[in-house]
Amino acid sequence: MQKFLLKNVDNPRSTDIREYRKSGGYKGLKKAVEMEPGKIVDEVKKSGLRGRGGAGFPTGMKWDFASRDPNFPKYLICNADEGEPGTFKDRHILERDPHLLIEGMVIAARALKVGRGYIYLRAEYPAAEVILDKAIDQAYKEGLLGENITGKGFKFDLSVHRGAGAYICGEETALIESIEGKRGQPRLKPPFPVNVGAWGKPTIVNNVETFSNLPLIIEIGPEEYSKIGNPDCPGPKLYCVSGFVEKPGVYELPMGTILRDIIYKHCGGIKGGGKLKAVIPGGISTPILPPDKIDCQMDFVNLPKAGSMLGSGAVMVFDESVCLVSVCMRAMQFFEHESCGKCTPCREGTGWLSNILERIENGMGRNGDIELLLEVASNISGKTFCPLGDGAAGMLLSFIKYFSDEFDHHIENRKCMVN
Amino acid sequence: MITEEIIKKIQQKKGDYPVFRSAIMSALHEIQNTEGWLSQESLYKVSGMLNIPPATVKGVATFYHMYRHVPMGRNIIQICTNVACMIMGAEKLVDLLKREFGIEAGGTTGDKRFSLVIMECIGACGTAPAMLVNDDFHDNLDEKRVMDILNGYK
Repeated sequence: MQKFLLKNVDNPRSTDIREYRKSGGYKGLKKAVEMEPGKIVDEVKKSGLRGRGGAGFPTGMKWDFASRDPNFPKYLICNADEGEPGTFKDRHILERDPHLLIEGMVIAARALKVGRGYIYLRAEYPAAEVILDKAIDQAYKEGLLGENITGKGFKFDLSVHRGAGAYICGEETALIESIEGKRGQPRLKPPFPVNVGAWGKPTIVNNVETFSNLPLIIEIGPEEYSKIGNPDCPGPKLYCVSGFVEKPGVYELPMGTILRDIIYKHCGGIKGGGKLKAVIPGGISTPILPPDKIDCQMDFVNLPKAGSMLGSGAVMVFDESVCLVSVCMRAMQFFEHESCGKCTPCREGTGWLSNILERIENGMGRNGDIELLLEVASNISGKTFCPLGDGAAGMLLSFIKYFSDEFDHHIENRKCMVN
Repeated sequence: MITEEIIKKIQQKKGDYPVFRSAIMSALHEIQNTEGWLSQESLYKVSGMLNIPPATVKGVATFYHMYRHVPMGRNIIQICTNVACMIMGAEKLVDLLKREFGIEAGGTTGDKRFSLVIMECIGACGTAPAMLVNDDFHDNLDEKRVMDILNGYK
C-alpha cells in the first residue's frame, strides 16, 4: 500500500523542512489557506476521519462543535502524551516527521480560527522535544507559524508543553488541567473542552496521528481520502506491533486491516515459529483476545463486535511461553500506579486488584480469589470518573473470561503452568 | 543554586501562556535539569516567582512521577518494566543492575554514579526491552548490552 503518514520516516534527514517540502510537504496548508475556514471543517467532516487517540470520536464533529462556539480566544492542543502501554506510533511521527504534525496543526488552526496551540509532549520522549523545538523554529522562520502565515494574514503560535510522567494526562480534560499548571486530574464532562477547555475557553484536543491525516485530506480531498480503508471509518492507520512476532514495529495500513494479516502477513508471524496464545489489539486498556478471534477488522466499528477495542492500535502479541497471569498483574500494577486518586472506585479498586493478582502470581492465591477479582472489578466498571478505571476492569475481565484455566492453575498448584 | 539563567528561562516560558502560573511545569523542569532534583527551597522559589501558594507548588510537583524529590545520582537509569518490556526480559535486567551495582528501584549507588527508576512504558515496545539513561534512549537490550552502555556513563 502507498504510504501517506510514514512516507518520510525512512529518510535520515526527514526532520528538516527542506526534505519535508521536497516530498510535497506544506502543499495541504497551501491549499487550506485559499479555503474558507468553514469549508475546511466541512471537508474534514466529509472525510469521515475519526480521532486516532483511542476513543475514535469523529474529528469533523468535534471541530463543528468548537467552531460554533462564539467564545474567543480558542486553543488548539496536540495530545502527544502517548502513554498507553504498547503504543509507539506517535513517537515515530514526532521524532521522524515533525513537520507533518506542524502542518496538520496549522491547517486545524486555520479551520477553527485559533491563534494559539500547544503540543503536550510526554517527558519520556526527550529526543522528540529537541526535534520538535527545532522544527517549530524552522516553521517560524519560513513564515508557516507566527504572524501573517504564508502572507494570508492569519496568526498561529505554537510551542511544546512538556509533561512530567502521568498516564492520566492522555485523557483530554486531565491534559488541559496539566497545561494550566495543575495536578492532572480529569474534569467532569459536560461541559466539554470544545466549549469550556483550557483557561475556560473553547479548546480542541486532537492526537498526533489525527493531525497528521489533515494535510492528506486537504490535498487529495475528502472523496479520495474516504476511499482508503474501511468506508465506516476511513483513512490510513498506524498499527504498532510488539511482543512475539518476527518483525515488530509501526505499520501504516488501511484502517480495517484484518488482525490476523497484521500478525502473519505484515509482521512475519509468531517469533521462532511459536504458537499464538493471545493478542491485545489496542494497548493494555483494551480487552485481550484468544487466537480464534483474530479474523476481525482492526477498526473502531469491528473490534467492538469481536469483544475488544481499537484503542491506539497497539497490537501486543503473546506466544505460548508467556504467563498471562503475570501480564495481567503487571498491567494492573500499571493502572494502580497511574490512577490519579480522584475517585474511590479507581484509586482503591486498582490497588486491591493488584494485591490479589500479586498473591495469585506468587503462588499464594486463595480459593475464591477469582470471584473476589470479579466482584471488585464490578465495583469499578461504570462507576469511575474517567475511562482509566473502566479500562483496568475491562482488561481484567477479558483475561478471566478467556484464560481462567491459567488463573485456576496458579491458585490450585501454587505455580505457573508455563514456567 | 538557582542561577540567573534559569530564572530568565522561566520568565520567558511565562510568555507561552495566558496565565503565568501555567509555566509551573516548565519551571520545575528547568530547575530539575540543573539541580538534578527539586528541594524544598526550589519549590519555595517557584512559588515566589509565579505567585502560587507553596502547598499548590508541592501538590503539582508530587503529582507527576518524573519530578524527583530526593538528590539523584549523576546518571539516572530509567528502565521500562511494563508488559511489552517485561515479556522480553526486563525483569532480568533489573536483577542484573541489583547484582552489579547493588541498586534497588528508587535507589542510588553509594558512589552516586547511578540512580535506578522503574518506568511505565517509554514507547519502545517494538524494540523492547528499553531504557533511558539521562536523556539518551537505548533499546533492544540484553545483559551484555546494558553493561556495555552503562560503562559509558561515569
